[in-house]
Amino acid sequence: MSKLVPLVPLFPLIGFLVIGLCRNSLSKSVTGIIGCGMIGVSFLLSLFIFQEVRQPGFETVIVTCFDFIHADTLNIPFAFQVDALSVLFLLIITGVGFLIHVYSTAYMHEEESPHFARYFSYLNLFVFSMLLLVLGANYVIMFIGWEGVGLCSYLLIGFWFKNIDFDNAAKKAFIMNRIGDLGFLVAIFWMINQFGSVSFSDVFAKAPVTSTGALTGITLLLFVGATGKSAQIPLYTWLPDAMAGPTPVSALIHAATMVTAGIYMVARSHLLYSLSPASQTVVAVIGLSTAIFAATIALKQNDIKKGLAYSTVSQLGYMFLGLGVGAYTGAVFHVMTHAFFKALLFLCAGSVIHAIHNEQDIRKMGGLRKFMPVTHICCLLACLAISGIPPFSGFFSKDEILAAAYGKNPIYYFIAVAGTFLTGLYMFRLYAMTFLGDFRGTSEQEKHLKESPPAMTFPLIVLAILSVIGGFVGIPEVFADHAHLLGRFLEPVLNGTAQKKAEANPELILMLVSLLAAGAGVVYALVRFSKKPELGEARGFGKILANKWYVDEFYQAIIVRPLNGLAKFLNSFVEKSIIDWIVNGIGRLIQYGSRQIRLLQSGQVGGYVLLMVIGMVILFLIQLLVKK
Amino acid sequence: MSISYYIFLSIALFCVGVAGVLTRRNAIIIFMCVELMLNAVNLLLVAFSKMHHQSLSATNPNAGIDGQIFVFFIMVVAAVEVSVGLAIIVMMHRNTHSVDVNFLNRLKH
Repeated sequence: MSKLVPLVPLFPLIGFLVIGLCRNSLSKSVTGIIGCGMIGVSFLLSLFIFQEVRQPGFETVIVTCFDFIHADTLNIPFAFQVDALSVLFLLIITGVGFLIHVYSTAYMHEEESPHFARYFSYLNLFVFSMLLLVLGANYVIMFIGWEGVGLCSYLLIGFWFKNIDFDNAAKKAFIMNRIGDLGFLVAIFWMINQFGSVSFSDVFAKAPVTSTGALTGITLLLFVGATGKSAQIPLYTWLPDAMAGPTPVSALIHAATMVTAGIYMVARSHLLYSLSPASQTVVAVIGLSTAIFAATIALKQNDIKKGLAYSTVSQLGYMFLGLGVGAYTGAVFHVMTHAFFKALLFLCAGSVIHAIHNEQDIRKMGGLRKFMPVTHICCLLACLAISGIPPFSGFFSKDEILAAAYGKNPIYYFIAVAGTFLTGLYMFRLYAMTFLGDFRGTSEQEKHLKESPPAMTFPLIVLAILSVIGGFVGIPEVFADHAHLLGRFLEPVLNGTAQKKAEANPELILMLVSLLAAGAGVVYALVRFSKKPELGEARGFGKILANKWYVDEFYQAIIVRPLNGLAKFLNSFVEKSIIDWIVNGIGRLIQYGSRQIRLLQSGQVGGYVLLMVIGMVILFLIQLLVKK
Repeated sequence: MSISYYIFLSIALFCVGVAGVLTRRNAIIIFMCVELMLNAVNLLLVAFSKMHHQSLSATNPNAGIDGQIFVFFIMVVAAVEVSVGLAIIVMMHRNTHSVDVNFLNRLKH
């Protein structure tokens, strides 16, 4: 069965081609059926492959389709790798992807038919690229997928391309990602130089006998790529702006799958990171600071999607903290639970935005609990899950990361717990301002408020169930032996990194502390915001947070403006006076020269013969002198 | 007789031909100078052919014979060319009442 793995990405590719090429002739329902169907088939295939992979004694399968690049000693096959890690991501991508495709059929229904088809073709292309990314058996195939998802992200952020702001957001995302991609690319070149191969198996086999310096360089460059794709400091600013795209896109690309590509990449390369403690520290510190930094910004966001975007950045920071402290299983676990509850949160936000006619400001919402019961319940469950309240899924995954952080360095742990408090606070601030209290919009909007159609609520309910029970695949070992199913499943790939069996007491205390912190945040937010929502403009320190610590302005000042200045200088001085001068000069020289040479054509036969003789004499002399 | 005499004679004839073509304006004289150059080359070919034949005849009785064949070709082609060239000169004289080549500067236009 696992030999059939090339079919998994093939179906979305077919879907992309069919929908994309026939977008003007397909009706919306056919488009929706093809779009969802292709992902559904991929999901079923993934399930079968998963069944095979989870058998005990399963060996990693590598399926080579053809030789992609073959130069001298370097051979890069177009190969797919099936193991526990890639299968887990397969399930997340196709499963969550399928639900979001179904949701999109209702959410995007007001688009005209060709645009509707364009949307689904991009979405299928995205799933194809993402599958390529996680299935590739070497870094180059991973990079192809990596670029593909970046492209689809750009296309979908700028889906409503008539709005210039959305276009700018798309460009920002693309450029920020390019900066990271450059790091990834250089890392690949370095790997080719160092190992002579980019296949995972070769690289990991040769890594232990490689100098730490080279490994640190390679891993740091890979991490630069990860900061771009997974929105970490300093390249995170594109993700909140990426909310310009349709909400299901935010759920699929900018919450559940694409932004976790960086975590997948680091987890996949965990052998390299384990051999390079300096890189691990960098990953942990960047992850932790991003987690806190983004959480503080999320406290003051009034756009429901921006708030969720910063929350995503913050949660991604937690995952990187997990990777940095060696809790690879925990990080992947958090990717999985995060895919459930964050996709759910975005879909709930989409449901709200859909119901309230494209209003995204939570100050103009409130009291939606009465109008949208299903969305409300699902959103509440997702908020509880992300805040880390047991027994919801986020609790287990976050706890695993926190416990590992404590084991590495207690300072990491305490800062991360502060972040947990903030998580509870900002999530329930969003929740309270959206669903509790009284409705603050216009009466016109209030008349039209109603629950979303079943195509939208069905994915919500499925994801809500997953958010609630998803954590039980990774119950900490302190509660029961061999309860961590996910850890045992991933053991063959992330071997030796599975959670060590900690002593029971500290881990329980750690859980209790983080639970108290999260609970405090939740309770404070509910008390503070449910009755008296924050409607005015933020002042003082809150204003700094609401303006995102002025990071965008800072980048604008130190990077964009000098670059623009340089461009203007190059345009007005170098281009106009130097390059133009050279080009025009060549033109004038040729004109002048030809005017002079034209005089040679006198019409006198004698003149021509003379020139001919001179030419022959010159040739003769050359022959005479040059001859050795 | 040393080959160098032939070579010097040939060079002299050729240079006279070139100088004539370059300096004279009368088409017939130019024509004769061209013939002079051709014959300088012929002379050289015959001389070299003879030289080769002398040095190599022991092993190859036909050595150097192709040079002489060449000369016949050149003479035949030159004869043909003369007939065409003289015809052109006759036409030129009919039209311009002159055989001065500097009248023929229409190529410029």
